[in-house]
Amino acid sequence: MVRLRVIPCLDVKDGRVVKGVRFQGLRDAGDPVERAVAYEESGADELCLLDVSATREGRASAVETVRAVRAAIGIPLTVGGGVRRVEDAARLLDAGADKVAVNTAALERPELLSEIKARLGAQCTILSLDAARRGGAEDPDSSPSWEVVVAGGTQRTGTDAIQWARLAVSLGAGEILATSWDRDGTGAGYDVELLRALADAVPVPLIASGGARTTGHMETALDAGASAVLAASIFHDGLTTVSQVKLELARSGRDVRLPLSSPTAR
Amino acid sequence: MRPEVVLVRTGVANVASVTAALRRLGVEPRLSDDPGVIREAAAVVLPGVGAFGAGMERLDAAGLVTPLRARVERGEPTLAICLGVQLLGIESEEEPGVPGLGVAPARTRRLMGAPRLPHFGWNEVAPDPGCTIIQPGEAYFAHSYRLDDSAALAAEGWAVARSNEGEPFVAAIERGAVLGCQFHPELSGAFGAALLERWLERAAVACAGGVA
Repeated sequence: MVRLRVIPCLDVKDGRVVKGVRFQGLRDAGDPVERAVAYEESGADELCLLDVSATREGRASAVETVRAVRAAIGIPLTVGGGVRRVEDAARLLDAGADKVAVNTAALERPELLSEIKARLGAQCTILSLDAARRGGAEDPDSSPSWEVVVAGGTQRTGTDAIQWARLAVSLGAGEILATSWDRDGTGAGYDVELLRALADAVPVPLIASGGARTTGHMETALDAGASAVLAASIFHDGLTTVSQVKLELARSGRDVRLPLSSPTAR
Repeated sequence: MRPEVVLVRTGVANVASVTAALRRLGVEPRLSDDPGVIREAAAVVLPGVGAFGAGMERLDAAGLVTPLRARVERGEPTLAICLGVQLLGIESEEEPGVPGLGVAPARTRRLMGAPRLPHFGWNEVAPDPGCTIIQPGEAYFAHSYRLDDSAALAAEGWAVARSNEGEPFVAAIERGAVLGCQFHPELSGAFGAALLERWLERAAVACAGGVA
């Protein structure tokens, strides 16, 4: 069976890796190529590169960064940020992306997903979905719901996240990268209820994102139905390594691809 | 000695990752859709493209059906990736009525057993004893359709490697210097790089007039 995936995420701004909390307060976290190479060596199953400034500044993603990362690594690369037209997606593939994540532009014009699927295939068409809980605090007594947020979380759209995921898949999205706005960068763990609701709603693979601090967080996300877990801060800050996480997942009985080299390899 | 490698320009196929993987092995591939170039090239890579019907249409429009068929039938160094290996087959459920290149006696069907599609991620590659280029390991897959594992493949001299995602399916096939991978060697890290290296070595031997 297909292995569960661990995906480090490089949030990139002006050619540097950055990381914030709830998409804000970005701080420098290194050179994207150096990071990418280190993560591949550590056993990353894929990499995700999000140009976090692209949408607000109204430009296409950092094509040059994509090119440089692609030249250096031999694992799949998902790229998102500022993809507004099918030509933007094609340009990213030309630069070396393997999958293109679409977020805001697809909300404004959902047909963009069908257009990318028609030209580049469902395996290239990733929906990036940033979801915030409705009603603020997590209330154990009421069934939760989420709405889609855009513009780095500064705008709530009123669109129901689960319904949007269903529509996006029906239009052609081949995978969903689901980020919990409430948990992003907090280390409080993934929003497992969100993941379970999405995993039940759509038949495509689901990447859990936002809030990971421990391998235990990743286990609960995978148990909720995610096919992959994405994390940024814990890897950038050296709290753990990809190989360490995968060894821990393997020890608890999860089916992961272990790094070829010794168990102590970083 | 590295053989000259030509990457088939199919229009929209993601050739950047294949190009980068070959460069890391010291090969600078040339991109072409010229039938003469594809026919004469020492080694050819047919990369994965979006859908079966569109893929065949493009090969047909560029006049590449005959030269690609001839290469595979003569055992000339050829690497078909993802949709590429499906195009080597007879036909596909993805586009009923559209014939494939027909040089590998297999049909392409939807990967029905998979709990989630597309089948994205690393999965096992378990080669038959007859495989020499393909070695056991884990490779990166990104597909929803897969080649049928037919006895006809073995009858025509193809060695098969298998994988499983809810149901068994063909992960790769090889015959002489022809290699077809359902997975993406260019995205399969060290496993993929080693596989590409063995294919390039086989191609170099074949080009030097050795027995492929």
